[in-house]
Amino acid sequence: MKLTGAEIIVKALEAEGVDVVFGYPGGAVLPLYDKLYDSPIRHILVRHEQGAAHAADGYARATGKPGVCIATSGPGATNLVTGIANAYMDSIPIVALTGQVPLPAIGRDSFQEADITGITLPIVKHSYLVRDVRQLAATIHAAFHIATTGRPGPVLIDLPKDITIAQAEFEYPPQLSFRSYSSAREYSPTQIYQAAKAIGESRKPVLYVGGGVISSGAAGELREFVEKTQIPVTTTLLGKGAFPETHPLSLGMLGMHGTKYANYAISYSDLIIAAGARFDDRVTSRLDTFAPHAQVIHIDIDPAEIGKNVRVHYPLTGDIKQVLKDLIPRVEVPQIKEWLQQVEQWKADFPLSYTKEEGVLKPQDVVEQIWEITKGEAVITTEVGQNQMWAAQYYKAIHPRTFISSGGLGTMGFGLPAAIGAQVGRPDAVVFDIAGDGSVQMTSQELATAVQFQLPINIAILNNRYLGMVRQWQELFHGKRYSQTDLVETPDFVKLAEAYGAVGIRVTRDEEMRPALERAIASPKPVVIDFVVAREENVFPMVPPGEPITKMLGG
Amino acid sequence: MRHVLAVLVENQPGVLTRVAGLFSRRGYNIESLAVGQTHEPSISRMTIVVDGDDRVIEQVVKQLDKLIDVIDVQDITDVEYVDRELILIKVNAKPSVRGEIMQIVDIFRARIVDIGQRTLIIECTGDEGKIRAIEKSLKPFGILELVRTGKIAMVRGPKYEEDQKEDAV
Repeated sequence: MKLTGAEIIVKALEAEGVDVVFGYPGGAVLPLYDKLYDSPIRHILVRHEQGAAHAADGYARATGKPGVCIATSGPGATNLVTGIANAYMDSIPIVALTGQVPLPAIGRDSFQEADITGITLPIVKHSYLVRDVRQLAATIHAAFHIATTGRPGPVLIDLPKDITIAQAEFEYPPQLSFRSYSSAREYSPTQIYQAAKAIGESRKPVLYVGGGVISSGAAGELREFVEKTQIPVTTTLLGKGAFPETHPLSLGMLGMHGTKYANYAISYSDLIIAAGARFDDRVTSRLDTFAPHAQVIHIDIDPAEIGKNVRVHYPLTGDIKQVLKDLIPRVEVPQIKEWLQQVEQWKADFPLSYTKEEGVLKPQDVVEQIWEITKGEAVITTEVGQNQMWAAQYYKAIHPRTFISSGGLGTMGFGLPAAIGAQVGRPDAVVFDIAGDGSVQMTSQELATAVQFQLPINIAILNNRYLGMVRQWQELFHGKRYSQTDLVETPDFVKLAEAYGAVGIRVTRDEEMRPALERAIASPKPVVIDFVVAREENVFPMVPPGEPITKMLGG
Repeated sequence: MRHVLAVLVENQPGVLTRVAGLFSRRGYNIESLAVGQTHEPSISRMTIVVDGDDRVIEQVVKQLDKLIDVIDVQDITDVEYVDRELILIKVNAKPSVRGEIMQIVDIFRARIVDIGQRTLIIECTGDEGKIRAIEKSLKPFGILELVRTGKIAMVRGPKYEEDQKEDAV
């Protein structure tokens, strides 16, 4: 039977197991939206396409399934760009469907025409412009395959309007043959043996764990590996939740705003076992002073990550879950009693800390309260800046896929739409967006989405009326010249929430914190809590730019 | 150091853009790029000359390999290969110097492909050294226009990949 392109898209999405999409209609996607109208696929109508991309991203991170977003041609498509770049930098599987002007109109500067495959070229894992309706089903199937296999990432499909109207036979799944793409990676038994031997011989080993462990679904194997070897674990921002931070062998996060003990452990170690992490500059700071005594085992599915930033002595290119399964029975337990004592000493000597002051709300305290009241079982999203770093430092993630943050791109405005996506994917979870007053204003229109779809997300704004992280850098490195970081006028967030039909609560005193959080969690509506916090609180410890990670300010 | 990469890609619209875009985005130095369809019409072959130290080249190869439309990447710098470039040179050639120019053309086994009233167009193929030499030889007459293809290269002996596979065992 012949179907129209729009019908093929909907059928293909259903066949791929998609039950929810995030999108915004428009002229070029009218035929598609007409078919979605009859489909069981749930459509979450965002208020700006950037919100659709971030929500799909948050959905993917919270559930492990690919997120799907839809936008119309031209401005609809360009509004997705930041969200696609965000997913690309953090290796998140999303499939973006964009409308396009009809094929004959392409290249004529038609109304709402934008070369979105061209624009997104450097920020997608792959992209397609569909030129033949007979290729449509295969293209969609390929897009989902590419987005979710190997190192995950965003795939964009540009859909000219006439393609969605034209007809073709529909068969699913179509035959796929990729001579040019294989997600299978290889490592040899010898490499496993050598890595296992190096671990057994090490005296000061550290596991350095990133988001790859979560996307590989390898948290269980990691736990087993650690239980056997007793090697301490530090995670990146994206690795939070891959290993419970409540575990005695957890060192929390490392890097620019990591714990001192994590940075010391890395810097004095003789063997770093990197798993699904990419030696990002926010982790290593100066590369020539990074972990000077350590050999490196690097486990990653992406061969291009091996040796990209640091020299790797034992590469293991493959799926982390499988690599760990192969390593666990072969690894010899290293003699590291003294090392663990040293690490414990650092933990005791240099704990994360902040000072409480009478009558002033401390942002760190807010994050700790959220952790305590949810027992660490919530799904956390963050914005970007100080709020994000305090969340990373003081919210001890326990499970994979419960700490969702824009790491690589550092996208302000990510947290609120990501919380929407996470709540859609995990309707029973308590979801908190730990936000700043600056970031949250970049996508605050999505409050309307949360209200319309009755998503009981909680937005905890750490409100200091500053662009806090930039202000902190200005304080420390630019002689306190606060150029354009004092927001002066921020909206009344309580009224803003109420204007959208959400609940707004303001908290100015310590004793109001718990009741406000309890009320928020109990509320079936979205809640905005405006925590009026100490204005000039800084995130410490901090590695100043260009310094080795052992040279930390404060804390 | 300069490396020569032989890259097989899907013969599809946008592939060249993806490859060129990768080089500019990651800041790799591309010296020349030549591309054309192979005997298998669905596959194109690129010869890319790129400058960089071993670490950069390793990244270039790995990043290229990650592109979905790239089928195979070989760094053939250190194996025996044949390489050729094609150059067209339009040179000032008043009748009094034509004889001299024709001698140069003969020496390089090049060809004259067009004669104007005061100009000649010369076609020459060869490896980089030869191309550079003929250009230098013709320069004194006054070069009016010059166009070259960029290097194409092929490994000597049996098909390179098959050769590699045998070696790997």
